[in-house]
Amino acid sequence: MSVDTDNGLETDRPKMTVSSTEVAVEIVGMNKWYGDFHVLRDIDLKVMSGERIVIAGPSGSGKSTLIRCINRLEEHQDGQIVVDGIELTSDLKRIDEVRREVGMVFQHFNLFPHLTILQNLTLAPIWVRGTPKAEAEAEAMKYLERVKIPEQANKFPGQLSGGQQQRVAIARSLCMNPKIMLFDEPTSALDPEMIKEVLDVMVGLAEEGMTMLCVTHEMGFARQVANRVIFMDQGQIIEQNEPEEFFSNPQHERTKLFLSQILH
Amino acid sequence: MSSSQSGYVRSTMAEALPPPRSTTGVGAWMRANLFSTPVNSVLTIAGAALVIWLAVPLWNFLVADAVWSDPEGIRGEACRFDGVGACWIFIQARIKFFIYGFYPNAELWRVNLMFAIGVVLLIPLLTPKAPFVRTAAVLFFIVYPFVAYFLMAGGDLLGLGVVELRRVPTAEWGGLTLTLIISLIGIIVSMPVGILLALGRRSELPIVKTFCIAFIELWRAVPLITVLFMASVMFPLFTPQGADPDVLLRAIIGICLFESAYMAEVVRGGLQAMPRGQYEASQALGLSKVKTLGLVILPQALKHVIPGIVNTFIALFKDTSLVSIIGIFDLLNTVRAAGSDMAWRSPTHAVTGYIFAGFVFWIFCFAMSRYSIFMENRLHTGHKR
Repeated sequence: MSVDTDNGLETDRPKMTVSSTEVAVEIVGMNKWYGDFHVLRDIDLKVMSGERIVIAGPSGSGKSTLIRCINRLEEHQDGQIVVDGIELTSDLKRIDEVRREVGMVFQHFNLFPHLTILQNLTLAPIWVRGTPKAEAEAEAMKYLERVKIPEQANKFPGQLSGGQQQRVAIARSLCMNPKIMLFDEPTSALDPEMIKEVLDVMVGLAEEGMTMLCVTHEMGFARQVANRVIFMDQGQIIEQNEPEEFFSNPQHERTKLFLSQILH
Repeated sequence: MSSSQSGYVRSTMAEALPPPRSTTGVGAWMRANLFSTPVNSVLTIAGAALVIWLAVPLWNFLVADAVWSDPEGIRGEACRFDGVGACWIFIQARIKFFIYGFYPNAELWRVNLMFAIGVVLLIPLLTPKAPFVRTAAVLFFIVYPFVAYFLMAGGDLLGLGVVELRRVPTAEWGGLTLTLIISLIGIIVSMPVGILLALGRRSELPIVKTFCIAFIELWRAVPLITVLFMASVMFPLFTPQGADPDVLLRAIIGICLFESAYMAEVVRGGLQAMPRGQYEASQALGLSKVKTLGLVILPQALKHVIPGIVNTFIALFKDTSLVSIIGIFDLLNTVRAAGSDMAWRSPTHAVTGYIFAGFVFWIFCFAMSRYSIFMENRLHTGHKR
């Protein structure tokens, strides 16, 4: 329903370069529990700068929890997470440093309803980076142009459609000039007609070389943009591969079952 | 119908039309809201009859039979006859007492000046998008309290011996002036303290949390009358001889703490209603906890509970009349005192006094209520286009 990927895939594919030396995120032997429930088990994941990773899996498999650990919206109890060279511990200063470099887009947009679109975009640059207001606004307008809704700058989030709100949410993250972007099911709450406009923005980002980790069910997007697809179940990484291999030749039984359920 | 007719393609789009005539206008409104069914019609007529039945005697008492003026000057005898209505000249005679209490006559300009400055500073604070809001806020919340206290209490300004006003002890303050002073201080103090208590109650730090819960539950569980009695009678027993803080000050502190506990629970209601996504989005952008609260959470949470906050303000404003039981002459107490004046001794002057006091309270409370509705509409950022 989203991006046409049936033919000419390899030739259409933009040239997106992955760094071979620069590590964006490194997770080693990470475990997480909610009370007694072992929600993430033995996660090892290395993401190079410029990689586009799609994380798929059934609901409750821990995929959202995994990416929420990367900016410490969730705390892990065991193992190591290093983001952009900074290890995440309970040290608040480091957490803030990581959050400044990592943007996040949520399923339900989570725009600030009491602020205009422009104020949503400039809030963090002004209050976290100390950017002067005029400069922050000019920068914000640049990103609004990029997600193609500059004319909405002075409206409130409640006056925009879901697709527009999600594009604002992406622009809001970009205003902080993040090195890494996390997407937590960015199109799951959208009407079918609005999914494409959001995916187009995400494809544009990928083409510019942004490091991206996307939890999504948009398999067309995965094929077009991802250089790696990770499949999770029961809090574990079950299988990961290049998208072409992953979709045409899944190895694990659980992956095969999952793909047979969603690709019809 | 044959199966070939089940397919359909619209060729022209339907235009938007105005609603039918019979659904608009006064007649349609009355048919829909007042006389829609027989039962409804009977209730409408009964309701109208009740209104008339109540309105006529009320009109007679307040207007037709009321004493509005007295050709022989304002005197107590004017209202002393059978079938007298409201004794308005009693209000006219004692209005100064109701507004200023026992404040010395020659110094009333100080009270008026204090009110005038307060109003001038409040206008930009209460008007949306007014200029000089920041200046007015600094002046009102930081400078004005000292100015107002100096004007009310008098004394030597800054101890320089340059400007000196006659000292007026707080026992001589009174009337509407005192009611407004107590409630304004109560409102201005209970709001921030209430917010801090609400945040503290949701804190992850166990000591802060326990303290806030204990404070809120203690003050909320005690009647305000008890608090005021404690402030006036019990409190001096615990302070050393000589160091005896003013009874008005003690009452104001008691009211502030009492109302803060209520305000905390109202604000907590607003905080509970905030979705977790708002905290997460703010934190993911790198905003610290304090900035998340101040820029994202509190502006929305407080907006949600404006009706509750104003409800508390209104209750506070009316509760200030309880200070009369510890001998402070607020508006209600001046009315009561004047009503027992032997010079009047009419059947209705005391009742008229209470009607007047009730009306003054109502004016202020209604104004607060309307202002809160205005603010709610202005801050509404939902689906307006």
